[in-house]
Amino acid sequence: MQEWLQFLSSPNLQWVMAGAALLGLASGVVGSFVLLRKESLVGDAMAHAALPGICLGFLVFGRETLALMGGAALTGLLAVYAIRAVHSQSKIKQDAAIGIVLSVFFGFGIVLLTMITNGSYSQSSGIDEFIFGQAASLVGADVQILIASALVLLILSFLFFKELKLLIFDPLFAGGIGLPIRFLNALLSSMVVLVVITGIQTVGVILMAALLITPAVTARYWTDRLGVMAVLSGLIGGLSGAVGALLSSTISGLPTGPVIVVTATAFFLISFLFAPQRGILFRMMETRKNTQFVLNNFLLDTMYEKLEKRYAAGQYSALFSRRELEEQTRLPRNGLEKTIQALQKQGLLTQTDGKYVLTGTGLAYAYDSSLLRRIQDIHLTHEAELGSWKEASANGDLRKPRDYLMNERIHSLLTAEQKLPVSLAIKQSSIEYADQA
Amino acid sequence: MSEAVRVENITAAYRKEPVLRNVSFALPQGRLIGIVGPNGAGKSTLLKAVLELIPKSSGNVEILGSSVRSQKKNIGYVPQRGNVDWDFPTNALDVVMMGRYAQIGWLKRPSKKDKALAVEALERVGMKEYADRQISQLSGGQQQRVFLARALIQDAQVYFMDEPFAGVDATTERAIIDLLKELKEKGKTVIVVHHDLQTVTEYFDWVLLLNQRLIACGPVEQTFTSELLQKTYGGRLSFIQQENLKI
Repeated sequence: MQEWLQFLSSPNLQWVMAGAALLGLASGVVGSFVLLRKESLVGDAMAHAALPGICLGFLVFGRETLALMGGAALTGLLAVYAIRAVHSQSKIKQDAAIGIVLSVFFGFGIVLLTMITNGSYSQSSGIDEFIFGQAASLVGADVQILIASALVLLILSFLFFKELKLLIFDPLFAGGIGLPIRFLNALLSSMVVLVVITGIQTVGVILMAALLITPAVTARYWTDRLGVMAVLSGLIGGLSGAVGALLSSTISGLPTGPVIVVTATAFFLISFLFAPQRGILFRMMETRKNTQFVLNNFLLDTMYEKLEKRYAAGQYSALFSRRELEEQTRLPRNGLEKTIQALQKQGLLTQTDGKYVLTGTGLAYAYDSSLLRRIQDIHLTHEAELGSWKEASANGDLRKPRDYLMNERIHSLLTAEQKLPVSLAIKQSSIEYADQA
Repeated sequence: MSEAVRVENITAAYRKEPVLRNVSFALPQGRLIGIVGPNGAGKSTLLKAVLELIPKSSGNVEILGSSVRSQKKNIGYVPQRGNVDWDFPTNALDVVMMGRYAQIGWLKRPSKKDKALAVEALERVGMKEYADRQISQLSGGQQQRVFLARALIQDAQVYFMDEPFAGVDATTERAIIDLLKELKEKGKTVIVVHHDLQTVTEYFDWVLLLNQRLIACGPVEQTFTSELLQKTYGGRLSFIQQENLKI
């Protein structure tokens, strides 16, 4: 433990961790914009395409941080330009254009890299770490550049937040109110380039896009507000960066990029599974709940309509045998069983002498449910006159179908036969009904 | 009084195909104007070219007597609803507020006043209760009304609307047309790309017929005639459709 504390207090590690955290923070924020602009893969191509630029920078100027970054920016931007050109000048779709450009640039980068590592260039060791990233290789000057560029990115995101938001959401409208679209597009592209070129030494060209996109995707699970999403994404990116830098510095031979990505992915998996509203477990539960709700109503409706028919024919028995329910609903055996149990649990259905009967509450409920369905049929055929059904149900107007029936127009549209259940329900909706039977 | 819009010789092209050929017209102020023509006639392109949102190959546009650039604050624009990603993380109020971004200016955040204006605009389209609703949870008609509120908050003189009635329910269509008529009564000019020939005479008092070239532009009674429609739609306007039009 003490060793760890001592290790953590090493100033070099502190610098490296702070740098990686800030990088993750900036990357997470900018990544939110990139994700919503649907340019995740463009970011990926840009990162891969930085490799030949790094090699060229090294070959021409030697191992100068600025030369490597300049080269990376140059080929990264060239790749983006190439994707746009291939996409707009031919029938090739964007995904294919990205695939072509990414692999050509990366392949060229690997050729140059092999040349460098096999050749007799001075200071060429460690150049290959740009593939998977190595935070520990950051020296003081690198960390300073990293921190400076992360701060620039965060400040730009903050200052131009509302303009960037509008640009991404609705560029046509943004142009319509006179925002300088070209400038904003260039600003956003420059921000992405800056993130990528400052990130590749730490994360590596192959996985840089993951640090851009994974935190943003993760944050999207938890919020419906862009501002919150950007901050959350930044925090996740920052934490992933710090953890990645720490682990890769302590375990020898472990590259930083993969650790950062694995950390970010852990956050993603947790969100993917457990986030409210958007998480998969929540959705599965909602679906199950909804399905059971539909089945419950279906069984109630079926029983109600049968009762209605019996009533019209002068039969007053309210009892249903299991067999009858099976025949009437045609539900699979276990589906019916589950539904019966659900209704019994809610006190809507009860059993007497091995036969099933609706309770008073159950009958009233079944009445409302059948009525609602009939009103819906009528409403949908007269939607132009009565207004949107979807809105009426979203507004909660339909929670009490009996009140809704008081709407004169609806009342006049339902036939007398369809309204017959009113008298049935009023006459007999009581606990005694079940007991009499 | 100058014209709301004066267009001289606009030509616009995608790749090599011209979409608009030498279109010239002038639209008066204070009218409700429909732009009508078949699919691919260049109706949306015309709006975008007039607003200088796409490069035009040639031509000149004046709005309220001066350049488009100088009149941006007097122009309200409602793009097609299908152009945006409705799963974008934002709510109805926020979208409406976007209509104020130009006035708010760089580096500033929306103020309380901007928020109050946005709520008011939502109220005018009957959407006040939905202010906090995530936009993906709105119905198509509600989304369209949010877009309309965003244009209203601009408090413009000339409004350009791209198919505001496309895919909306009858209630929304009614609400929108009432609002457009209200704008007209306040002296605003409202220019609407429209595709439903049945309602043209009921909704608009001025109409522009377009099929890559300008076919006609003028008051509905004189312009929305079966002869000119035939010219606009060519063989695509079936006989039955013509019978149904109350011309």
